[in-house]
Amino acid sequence: MRLTDLPQGASALVETVEDAHASDPIAQRLRDLGFVCGEPVRVVARAPWGADPLLIQIGSTRFALRRAEAQRVSVQTGQTAS
Amino acid sequence: MSQAPLRVALVGNPNCGKTALFNLLTGARQKVANYAGVTVERKEGRFDTPTGRRVQLLDLPGAYSFESTSPDERVTRDVLLGRYPGEAVPDLIVCVADATNLRLHLRFVLEVQQMGLPIVLALNMMDAAKRRGIVVDVAELARRLGMPVVETIAVRRDGAHGLLGLLDTHAPSVPEPAGDAQQPPSAQRHADLHAEVRAILRAAVTMPRATDARDDAIDRWTLDPVAGPLILAAVMFLVFQGVYSFGKPMTDAIGDAFDWLGALAAGWLPAGPLHSLITNGVFSGLGTVLGFLPEILVLFLFILVLEESGYLPRAAFLLDRMMVSVGLTGRSFIPLLSSFACAIPGVMGTRSITDPRDRLATILVAPLMTCSARLPVYALLIGAFIPHRPVLGVFNLQGIVLFALYVAGIAGAMAVGWVMKHLRRDRSEHALLMELPSYRMPKARDIALGLWERGMIFLKRLTGVILALTVLMWFISTFPAPPAGATGPAIDYSIAGYIGRALQYPFAPLGFNWQISLSLIPAFAARETAVAALATVYSVAGGDTDVVSLGHALASNIPLASALSLMVWFAFAPQCMSTLAVIRRETRSWRNVAISFGYMFVVAYLAALVTYQIARHFV
Repeated sequence: MRLTDLPQGASALVETVEDAHASDPIAQRLRDLGFVCGEPVRVVARAPWGADPLLIQIGSTRFALRRAEAQRVSVQTGQTAS
Repeated sequence: MSQAPLRVALVGNPNCGKTALFNLLTGARQKVANYAGVTVERKEGRFDTPTGRRVQLLDLPGAYSFESTSPDERVTRDVLLGRYPGEAVPDLIVCVADATNLRLHLRFVLEVQQMGLPIVLALNMMDAAKRRGIVVDVAELARRLGMPVVETIAVRRDGAHGLLGLLDTHAPSVPEPAGDAQQPPSAQRHADLHAEVRAILRAAVTMPRATDARDDAIDRWTLDPVAGPLILAAVMFLVFQGVYSFGKPMTDAIGDAFDWLGALAAGWLPAGPLHSLITNGVFSGLGTVLGFLPEILVLFLFILVLEESGYLPRAAFLLDRMMVSVGLTGRSFIPLLSSFACAIPGVMGTRSITDPRDRLATILVAPLMTCSARLPVYALLIGAFIPHRPVLGVFNLQGIVLFALYVAGIAGAMAVGWVMKHLRRDRSEHALLMELPSYRMPKARDIALGLWERGMIFLKRLTGVILALTVLMWFISTFPAPPAGATGPAIDYSIAGYIGRALQYPFAPLGFNWQISLSLIPAFAARETAVAALATVYSVAGGDTDVVSLGHALASNIPLASALSLMVWFAFAPQCMSTLAVIRRETRSWRNVAISFGYMFVVAYLAALVTYQIARHFV
């Protein structure tokens, strides 16, 4: 499941960040920011127009990600850490 | 002390308080605010530790990582690698981390540690961490990281005690690298650093909850799809209405005071050129511009409070989609908002935009935002031509016209962005990836300092470039004296009269008389000077010296259609020189300066032409 498919307020664990193309700097930056396997994430809010960008909580930080960016993150729902 | 100073660099994630710490240690007053990317350049300062050790402190732009970098992050990386021209590698790195945000910040600390320079960690914002019940076992953290750790509170006067003590006693040494010294391939190394951070946090940090409950409560409203945009619109409207309602009465008071001073000076001085220079040049010209200081300060008050509060990145989040549709990005919002104060910090602030294409687009539209130097021009014309009439009970017509002029600038920027988006060939994807900080109560002292700084900058401009131009305007409006037996007003025979009449040809279709056309030249150096120039010209031609009487002089000399056209001209015109110079510096290209100047001239001319030609049929 993609991070973009996660309903507002729901939590999940990051599985992986996929490169949209070879040596994708955006995917690289996402990994730098903590989007790595096993990290809990939550969709905190969605912007008014077209629910783009999304506000994602990871660790104690909140990042605004456009849908195209969040699309790179695959997540796993089920049991999550707080 | 004969010893060479200890060279220390402040490094860390964006918005962790490096600059606040820098200001605290060196007594400097570098700009601080609550969003990522306030510091975009390296800044240097000096101080002595309690035992007299000299320290040369570098404040560097915040960075998330050194792998994929924006222009400001590159500065930081280059300094640490010794690649920055004229900058030796620092003796010691003080890594600053926000104690409430260690999950993110410690990873970067580990990345910096891998560079192998002597390093200590300053755990900043310990006050906020304690308030949220976050407990850090500092000794354990230091042991796990393999580097000294001190707690700091950069916003408190004595908040750097621990760090100073450490700098005093600590001999810089390369720490034991905590992890494997070998560098595995990128993805693997990432997972390793993150895993290491998690292990350290488990051992040394207790966090009752991941987020600040207060932030969550505020965000529930400010980021709501319906309430959020309404709150944003209300905040923006309040700012512009506030500038007019609070600033205007003070402006009038200053105008009265200058009238009184001018009259006093006129009584003392013997008649002659000096009398004319002081009353017509200095008091009319400078006094009129100085009168707008309160309005400018009110505008800055709002901007500073917004910057400190942490609300601005929220606004950027709400507006991102809209800004993308006009070829910009949510990240453009903060540079564009600072352009309401002045386009120069706005253009420089675009360095925090990672993407070169988005950055250039933002630079090109930033001068369309209504900067504070336009405010005197607008306020003068609005005061003279727009009646003070209540609208819908709470608003007044003058405030609404001012708001409309600001909206015109924004709409212009959107139109220009949209056109640029469709002209360029590069349609590839560009990232937002923007951090939203915790809210913070603005500190009265910081706001007061910020206002003081801005006030002083304004006064320096006033006594520098504006004074010089005003005296020049007085000179060319006064000399040469009319020939014996001349019948018209004396100013018609002056240099100013001749230049103005020559300039009037291209500007006549916009409804500008020769006095206005003439004032456009000094406005190119600094926009407010247009007001000073008009005041001088009309005052030499025989008139009083303050804003109100300049307003009367204008109202009796030009029609409303010309005034509207002039306001529209100022909304779009390519000004000022300093803005063009900073565009040249930031983009390293004369072509971008030419594009910027060219499109703004065309837009301003056409918009003013249309305004005048339509308005003169109706009013």
